[in-house]
Amino acid sequence: MSLLIDVGTVLRDSVSEFYSSLLTRPTGAAVRNEIERRVVEVGSPVVTTIDFSQIDLIDVSCADEIVGKLLLRYYEGNNGLTGYLLLQGIREDHLDAIDAVLEKRSLALVAWHDGQAELHGIVDETERRHWEIVRELGPVTSDRVSEQLGTTDVQTTTQLTRLWSRRLLRYDDAHFTVPGMVEPLIGVHAQ
Amino acid sequence: MELVFEQLAALPREQKVVMDARHTRWASPYGLTTLLCIAQSRLERADFTVPEHTDTASYWARTGFFRHAAELYELHGHVPRHREGESDVLLEITPIVQSADVHGVVGRIKDKSAEILHGQLGLDMAVTGRFGMTLSEACGNIVEHAGQGGWVAVQTYAYRKRLGRRVVVIAVCDAGVGFRQSLESSPAHRTSDRWDDSRALEAAVLRAVSRYRHGDDGRGQGLAQIRKFVAKWNGKLSVRSGSARLAIVPSWDEDEPMQEALPYFPGSQMQIIIPEKINDNASAAFSARSTVTRASARAS
Repeated sequence: MSLLIDVGTVLRDSVSEFYSSLLTRPTGAAVRNEIERRVVEVGSPVVTTIDFSQIDLIDVSCADEIVGKLLLRYYEGNNGLTGYLLLQGIREDHLDAIDAVLEKRSLALVAWHDGQAELHGIVDETERRHWEIVRELGPVTSDRVSEQLGTTDVQTTTQLTRLWSRRLLRYDDAHFTVPGMVEPLIGVHAQ
Repeated sequence: MELVFEQLAALPREQKVVMDARHTRWASPYGLTTLLCIAQSRLERADFTVPEHTDTASYWARTGFFRHAAELYELHGHVPRHREGESDVLLEITPIVQSADVHGVVGRIKDKSAEILHGQLGLDMAVTGRFGMTLSEACGNIVEHAGQGGWVAVQTYAYRKRLGRRVVVIAVCDAGVGFRQSLESSPAHRTSDRWDDSRALEAAVLRAVSRYRHGDDGRGQGLAQIRKFVAKWNGKLSVRSGSARLAIVPSWDEDEPMQEALPYFPGSQMQIIIPEKINDNASAAFSARSTVTRASARAS
């Protein structure tokens, strides 16, 4: 099951109906709490996508509360937040704030833009090459990635497993995919 | 303002003071917001005499200064009526107390900032969003750290004396706890012999240390983003707190990066100056001209 959360709607519902920008930590904390509540209420979605397309500005403090802390909450794994967290609808100026947060906390995430998945945040070159091959070929086996990159099976498996453990890749039936790639957003749309 | 701080520092907070502005001819957004902070820092309501020069008083009225000053000072003299819609005032002096105020401020300047930053100052359109983010972070510091409300003002004007160009200036000032006391409230803080206002400013502004960093690695990013914005647009950042003042100084300015042992004033007072963009040839000509001007000034 996939869950699409329009963060603009969450902002207006949980903080103020007049706001269109994500600014300040208190606002970010309120929005994050509401997102968490909706995810838990739906019950273990495989992929949760946060849509920023209705957001005008986002500052770093608010991005840290929403994106940074939400990613960390997903990693905790004991709070009902399961599966993969994706972003969509982020613009160049949104990325200023989001990239700063990912860098500061050494995090990474997958964002979708015009039908294309992109990797943001802290990943090394080897990780990025493996991720891009999976994006290009996925669903794909580890053997096939290894063949494409000319790396050993052990090296490839290590890299792909690391990306999977960071929730930057999915692994189902011996195949790796970029989250959101083969499961379009047809599930519950939280309003 | 340093002369004013010097006189105030010598007086007990409960002593009544008179702020005599009769002969002033101009004030920056930093000066006007700081005047409001001065009133907040006094235990006894202070007197304030309004500028006698009509243009000056009218200009101060346009910034919204008197509307707020009337609640903090006993005003004396003729206070001009406030008029709306002046184009050089990007954001009137606005109180910042809570998160909603930051949203209000950023929302209010949104449309006008594109016209002024891009249209008048020739900055890339991309500056508009970043300007709003910077303003938000600067104001958010008051909400998060000051312990009491503060003030913000944004304005454009010709910075002829030093730069010969138009600038946009953001002033964000409060009379709250200041950087040193804020950082001292962190469980991770370790006092040393070398700990003072200047070290606190260096920690917060240059090393992104926050009182919340203990247990939360994501804190302290706001000031880092402000520095990044200022560097990107060849601007200047200065932050005064307690008895120190730190400045990120661009090539067009000659300020001191750190001033210590200044007269004490509570809270923090931040100023961001972003200059008009000019093309490379004009820039080179300007640099040569300003060097000559400064040399002449020193000689005289």
